[in-house]
Amino acid sequence: MSPDTDGTQTSPLLVLDDITKSFGAVAALRGVHLALHRGAAHALVGENGAGKSTLVKVLAGAHAPDSGRMTLDGQPLVLRGPADARAAGIAVIYQEPTLFPDLSVAENIFMGRQPLRGARRIDSRAMNRATERLFARLGVRIDPTRPARGLSIADQQLVEIAKALSFDARVLVMDEPTAALSGVEVERLFGVARSLCERGAAVLFISHRFDEVFDLCQRITVMRDGAWVSSDPAADLTVDEVVRRMVGRDVSSLYPKQDTTLRDTLLDVRGLSRAGVFSDVSFTVHGGEIVALAGLVGAGRSEVARAIFGVDRYDAGQVRVAGRVLRPGNPRKAIAAGMALVPEDRRQQGLVMELSVERNATLARRRALSRLGLLLGGAERAEARCWTRRLQVKTSRLAAPVATLSGGNQQKVVLAKWLATEPRILIIDEPTRGIDVGTKAEVHRLLSELAGAGLAILMISSELPEVLGMADRVLVMHEGRVVRELPRAEADETSVMFAATGQGAAA
Amino acid sequence: MSRTDTGASERVADHPPSGPGRPRRGLTERLLAVRELSLLIALAALILVTTMRNDRFLSAQSIKDLLLGCAILVILAVGQTLVIVTRNVDLSIGSILGLVAFATGELFLAAPGTPWPVALLVGVALGGLCGVVNGGLIAVAKVPALVITLGTLYAFRGIDYYWAAGRQINAADMPRSFLRLGNQTVLGVPVLFLVALVVVAAAGFYLRSYRSGRELYAIGSEPAAARLSGIPVGRRVFAVFAANGALAGLAGVLYAARFGTLDAAAGAGLELQVVAAAVVGGVAIFGGSGSVYGAALGAVLLTTIGSSLAVLRIDPFWQQAVVGALILAAIGLDRLLALRTAARLRGGSAHGA
Ligand SMILES: Nc1ncnc2c1ncn2[C@@H]1O[C@H](COP(=O)(O)OP(=O)(O)OP(=O)(O)O)[C@@H](O)[C@H]1O
Ligand SMILES: [Mg+2]
Repeated sequence: MSPDTDGTQTSPLLVLDDITKSFGAVAALRGVHLALHRGAAHALVGENGAGKSTLVKVLAGAHAPDSGRMTLDGQPLVLRGPADARAAGIAVIYQEPTLFPDLSVAENIFMGRQPLRGARRIDSRAMNRATERLFARLGVRIDPTRPARGLSIADQQLVEIAKALSFDARVLVMDEPTAALSGVEVERLFGVARSLCERGAAVLFISHRFDEVFDLCQRITVMRDGAWVSSDPAADLTVDEVVRRMVGRDVSSLYPKQDTTLRDTLLDVRGLSRAGVFSDVSFTVHGGEIVALAGLVGAGRSEVARAIFGVDRYDAGQVRVAGRVLRPGNPRKAIAAGMALVPEDRRQQGLVMELSVERNATLARRRALSRLGLLLGGAERAEARCWTRRLQVKTSRLAAPVATLSGGNQQKVVLAKWLATEPRILIIDEPTRGIDVGTKAEVHRLLSELAGAGLAILMISSELPEVLGMADRVLVMHEGRVVRELPRAEADETSVMFAATGQGAAA
Repeated sequence: MSRTDTGASERVADHPPSGPGRPRRGLTERLLAVRELSLLIALAALILVTTMRNDRFLSAQSIKDLLLGCAILVILAVGQTLVIVTRNVDLSIGSILGLVAFATGELFLAAPGTPWPVALLVGVALGGLCGVVNGGLIAVAKVPALVITLGTLYAFRGIDYYWAAGRQINAADMPRSFLRLGNQTVLGVPVLFLVALVVVAAAGFYLRSYRSGRELYAIGSEPAAARLSGIPVGRRVFAVFAANGALAGLAGVLYAARFGTLDAAAGAGLELQVVAAAVVGGVAIFGGSGSVYGAALGAVLLTTIGSSLAVLRIDPFWQQAVVGALILAAIGLDRLLALRTAARLRGGSAHGA
């Protein structure tokens, strides 16, 4: 890292000084400092609920800070709303996609800034072409005229990125933009971010993946419990040091899957096909076993999981649970047979945002908790307390609406909800998306423990270390087919990557 | 990089989304067009069946009556669509219409020489004022529009009753030129209906082609996201209620011109018909989607059902039941279309759309 890209010599472009922000009794930010330099990428790291997203929203003009100062280019910066931040040249990618499901992808990107032609009318053709150009820069092909509804999480995130790029901003803020993305897309995003830096923009980057943080950023700021801990050049830090500052203690062994004895086959999938999505998918999962589905984003992994659980239909094939055929297209039957699906998209499919933490945590289990059809508050609360404590959900009180939780903590509530059903078969899609290091290890420990207790676990993950560390067997999907099956001993980075990119068959 | 995925992009490269045969209109718009087409088919089928039973249903006179009958409902449905698209609803329009209609009569009583364009402007302004009251209350009270406009439904009607004090205004009290407006035709098409067509076209053009029009859809589709993208949500919603009030005012003046006989009960209960027209026309009650063309077609369809049942000599009781069934069918159809497109979009996204 050369000293001038380090940015410490020049005067900073954007400075946040002593920012505080509280939500009722919750102090989300307590005296945070941040200085962003032209031409440099700056990382912001911290545990779930540390206040990163709150800081982003202050920068975006979405939250007014209770106290503190901001300066841009030496001038005091007062933001009365998101429009002010945009006008000041600050573009933000929020942690949760903020798309309009009914509008086309192109309109989502250019809302309020659509290209115009005569009489101030919107020029849709120019808008669609501009969208295609943005997507080309990012190397994605999404039809600009399709509605945003139904986009996968990864595609939603790509649309958000395209939107932020279209601003040509001086300050680009990205709150966990890579959480759902795969390696190649992340590389492209970083390429674009670096070229923005070269043109003098400042980038703020948030991620729970340290390889990305050290790959992109020149400086790292650590936050803990809403407070600023440190800001240092990345070159002076190690991953262990950053984690220690984040968590306040050492975090040990990340992927502790214990070896277990295999029991009977619990899940048996035979020849599952759905036209144009996946075809002839067959595999089994035994009790006590963790099987990972690896592959590219869009290889059809989530679609297979949804079909097995009955959320989506399938055209051919059969799913058997402990030898009994499961009726297709019926999630209630699947739940009754002891299956649970932790979905990829928590906002759409996992949580009721307006309901409280305890309600959400016990939503899938209400039948069992009720007596004579009445739901007993006490039982519900005790159950919720047990799981939220185990998963270290950070919330002021269990009655708080889920919408007020930080992104990672929402993910933990989704996990709690399905683990509370005490399933025999657990299908889990991206179990640690947006979850911080400490809890990640806890989730892995929990999964390992559950497998040890005889559960059959089918895990979909885009994080290779997670796949390699946790799985007894790895199934690699490519273009809707299972192309390789690798036992734990044979699975390594190259073998999985080869199969996932479709080279496995040739090799 | 330690993750396996190499991205949707590469795989998609073999399935380019745009071929030479790709239609001009985008997918999002095509979905809307499907919905409007289904309404046209229903309307055509209804007219066909009724005409087969009674061929006078397609006579020039009865078509004129039909167009005259739906004009006011169409104008109100357009205004209501603007509101519903932003995830709100305005229940007070029937009362605004009644108040404005009565005020128009009073204006002619007080100043018999008033030219009708002046009366029209006064009516639209009064309606707009009522809309401003709605919009202002919603902005200040931060209470759902449903509740606020339920309140003003009674408030505006109350003012109307107080003012009328049991009186009735008759056609004889109004100038002939004004009353002609309500019945005149141009090439066989009632002027009233032409006014409605202009309103539909203008609103449709605005919603489709202007930034602020698209922002209304954004607000209804995801209010939180709208706020985060810097859309002035409060101001837009306020403007929409003012515009809807003005359109209800316009409808009130036309109502006075058409019927001539006015009392304080004019337009009572109309708001539910209007919401029904919009819903049948495919305007999503939770906002974010639907078009004024659909809503206008919905209004025409509801009116046609009314007269066709009369022609077929079917008990008026059944008319209510049929409208009810139609609303349920429309909701069912929307749901079905939504599910089918969802399945298609999901399946498509696995191959990169
Ligand atoms: N609107 C709100 N109302 C109440 N509390 C809130 C609200 N938004 C955030 N919080 C609280 O503020 C704290 C910080 O949340 P924030 O979203 O900034 O965390 P984060 O660092 O982004 O975490 P993650 O890594 O999980 O995304 C959390 O305790 C959260 O519950
Ligand atoms: Mg966050």
